[in-house]
Amino acid sequence: MATTDIHLHQHGNDHHDAHAHDEHEHHAGNFWTTYVFTQDHKMIGKQFLITGIFWALIGGTLSVIFRLQLGFPDMNLDWLKPILGEWITPEGKLDPEFYLALVTMHGTIMVFFVLTAGLSGTFSNFLIPLQIGARDMASGFMNMLSYWFFFLASVIMFISLFIETGPAGGGWTIYPPLSALPQAIKGSGLGMTLWLVSMALFIVSQLLGGVNYITTIINMRTRGMAFTKMPLTIWAFFFTAIIGLLSFPVLLSAALLLIFDRSFGTSFYLSDIYIGGEALAHDGGSPILFQHLFWFLGHPEVYIVLLPALGLSSEVIATNSRKPIFGYKAMIGSMLFIAILSFIVWAHHMFVTGMNPFLGSIFMLLTLIIAVPSAVKIFNYVTTLWKGNLRFTPGMLFSIGLVSFFLTGGITGIFLGNSAIDIQLHDTYFVVAHFHLVMGSAAFFGMLAGIYHWFPKMFGRMMDDRLGYIHFWITFVGVYMVFFPMHYIGVAGFPRRYYTWTNFETFTKFADLNMLVSTAAILTLAAQFIFLFNFFYSMFRGRLAPLNPWYSNTLEWTTPRFPEHGNWPGEIPAVYRWPYDYSKPGAADDYIPQTVPYSETLESNLPHENELIKLETSNGGNAIVVDSHKG
Amino acid sequence: MMNLLIILGVILVLGILYMIFRVGNLIRVAKGKQEAEARVDSANGTNAALFVVFMVVSLVAFFWYSFANFDNYTLPIASEHGKKTDSLFWITMAITVIAFSIISVIMFWFIFKYQYNKDRKAKYYPDNHYLELAWTVIPAIVLALLIFTGLRTWNEITAPASKEAEVIEIIAQQFAWTARYPGVKDNELGSYNYKLIDPVNEFGLDLTDKRSFDDFKSLELHLPVGKEILLKIRAKDVLHSVFLPHFRVKMDAVPGMPTQFKFTVTKTTEQMRTETGNPNFNYELACTEICGRGHFSMKMPVVVEDEASYEAWKKTQEAWLKQNPDYLKQVPAALKEAAMIQAGLEKDPGATVAAAVQQ
Repeated sequence: MATTDIHLHQHGNDHHDAHAHDEHEHHAGNFWTTYVFTQDHKMIGKQFLITGIFWALIGGTLSVIFRLQLGFPDMNLDWLKPILGEWITPEGKLDPEFYLALVTMHGTIMVFFVLTAGLSGTFSNFLIPLQIGARDMASGFMNMLSYWFFFLASVIMFISLFIETGPAGGGWTIYPPLSALPQAIKGSGLGMTLWLVSMALFIVSQLLGGVNYITTIINMRTRGMAFTKMPLTIWAFFFTAIIGLLSFPVLLSAALLLIFDRSFGTSFYLSDIYIGGEALAHDGGSPILFQHLFWFLGHPEVYIVLLPALGLSSEVIATNSRKPIFGYKAMIGSMLFIAILSFIVWAHHMFVTGMNPFLGSIFMLLTLIIAVPSAVKIFNYVTTLWKGNLRFTPGMLFSIGLVSFFLTGGITGIFLGNSAIDIQLHDTYFVVAHFHLVMGSAAFFGMLAGIYHWFPKMFGRMMDDRLGYIHFWITFVGVYMVFFPMHYIGVAGFPRRYYTWTNFETFTKFADLNMLVSTAAILTLAAQFIFLFNFFYSMFRGRLAPLNPWYSNTLEWTTPRFPEHGNWPGEIPAVYRWPYDYSKPGAADDYIPQTVPYSETLESNLPHENELIKLETSNGGNAIVVDSHKG
Repeated sequence: MMNLLIILGVILVLGILYMIFRVGNLIRVAKGKQEAEARVDSANGTNAALFVVFMVVSLVAFFWYSFANFDNYTLPIASEHGKKTDSLFWITMAITVIAFSIISVIMFWFIFKYQYNKDRKAKYYPDNHYLELAWTVIPAIVLALLIFTGLRTWNEITAPASKEAEVIEIIAQQFAWTARYPGVKDNELGSYNYKLIDPVNEFGLDLTDKRSFDDFKSLELHLPVGKEILLKIRAKDVLHSVFLPHFRVKMDAVPGMPTQFKFTVTKTTEQMRTETGNPNFNYELACTEICGRGHFSMKMPVVVEDEASYEAWKKTQEAWLKQNPDYLKQVPAALKEAAMIQAGLEKDPGATVAAAVQQ
């Protein structure tokens, strides 16, 4: 089959001159237009990826610093002085306020800059045109702007780490009044201002990207790429972009009103406040309003993070199981259902905020419903593995890891979604364990699976498999050792965002588990350097990638090894079948790419597929592709 | 010097690792093409086996730790509704752990069993509507049961408190808790206004309201056992959250929006000391909503007594107004006398009021 592919492309190259008028072909730009202000979706995807990796390292390092405090409270941290300066107290301890800033920035960075921009930004950009058969995004310019807004947001957030009063410190959820009053915590001064400015720019970036993703998917699919023939990755990116487009503006308004409250004396969120020896003039606002607005984005955000990861892993698992994904339509249906439900469950974050308890019962009902489509997804993954022919590429390993985390972390959601049980567990380490597994680690593993799987397409070279295996096993075990013990700590009632628990007799236990968690966190972070080495080394010195290294069906593998701007040198191939014809009975090999028409696979066609052949031949444009395969 | 040595050592180790990696690569290249032809490498079986090892080891560790350390991670329950929420918790735990174990075992077993074999072809199995229907409906039914029981408990917990409930106000500020009791004379909390707050009048007590005269302040939360308690919760500056872990009570304290939580304590501090075998046991109140630098230290001691000792304790407490007689000047002239009596500044209603005021 590999030879067939090469023929296809040689054929494409023969036609190269005929298509020379195609502006994409002779678009040899300079350094600035190729690597910096590029409008090529592939390069923009890589820009998001590299920036995301940078942020992941920062976010991970921040978490290790505060884990040092939690796991080894007696440790002397003077050796961090060269980096943290005054944030290390004269006694060699972490400043409690800076501890909160670390927690806040870890959350913000991981949720928004890594798992939203780094994951969805990378793969939506990279894969949408390649997998639907388009030359580029609907608007390359908007796409470029999307990255540069993100870059600007990144710069501002990064600067906020170094200012004297420290970055924002009110938790990543920045609940007012804490985030609105500089006298309440240092981080609510300039740090919070920068946070809000950065996030506003970030939202602009998301909207520019989202509009592009949606438009591209709807309008620019190649011939034959019906919605029902799209890979699940594309479906996932499609839903993600829609969710983002509908929910991010709400965060923008929440942030805007907070800016008003902070700087212009309005009272959207503030009322009845006496702080620093004076009663403030703010009157009539409600902190709960902010929480509603924040979580109206915040909960869909969970799925903005998770759906692309689920899409990527669906593709990777099907390819490496050599089986169609089980229940393609059920997978789409459950993603659609999750996407809809994600907008009407937000207040389950607010059961004990004083919100009307009746509202709590409604949101509990809606929240637990979301477990059904999630369960369907897990069952479908497991069934896809059943009687497969499993190849454990690093991408596959990380996808399996994702399913495992999604299961382990998802199940604890049934506790937290139940408002009666949530009373005790709210804001304890049980919650920390839950969302780090189900959203943080699962999405992170989805991202890694995507990187390993599509690296050959991104850089034309293979990553080293063995380093990938080592990276996977240390990270997989490490993540469980970090987050699983937190369930026990949470059931014991330990509140989150605590600098230390020693002030409470109730929370004196589990120094041992906390030490284990911190040690595992350090090891897990260290293992990421194996990945970093592998990533950058392979980019330049990795083995040259075959055109279709995973014997996959989707369109991106029909492009040349180093696709130029425009992706396909000749005509864009047409699509005839769904992307999951793996191990079809009767077929010669265990995969049939989407570009192979049914007329060429008479031996493996299902009865209704034979009828589709007529439609294929009536379309003259397909002749080229058909020929190339016979060659 | 030591640092330099460490850095050099790290560089050396990294260098060696890099060399090993390079040599390994070269050997693989030299070994030739067979590996390249094969669709999986030699590690495929190892990875498959490792998943099973991982599954067995982690499930064993999970069950062992959960049983061996049960008493460590479960807090004793000391409230009526806590029994219900905890039983819900454990019912959910049983259901989810069973589901989790079965799915994990099946998944990791499949991973091992169906590892790549070049002579085998995977089964083309794109869908099965009956299966999909089954695993949509079954979780839905189980969840419906959980939702139903959860809703019932939630509605009971959040239902209005009875009229006889003991009302106690708890006020959060950075970084301390204060309790305000309605006082033994009228047993009603006086109204307040945040604009009246000053360094002494921490409650913002409105002294034009006669119900406020006998209110008293406490830095310890005293609670009667076996009697319904209605905690009225408010915050002065930022969000806080009342967390009474043994009573399974949690409710945010919100500036500008008073909240409340009703519950009944079932065990006194003394009973708890016997039960846990810890003579120093104390109930505690913790803050669970990030509130600033001292969030982690925002604690209030809690004392649970039988009702008689609780009432006796209340009688020993001085009204806030008695402790701060300066504030009598805020009391409207018509109510001054009542204020004196209610606050306990004046025992005998017949005595001269003027004398007391001049003090």
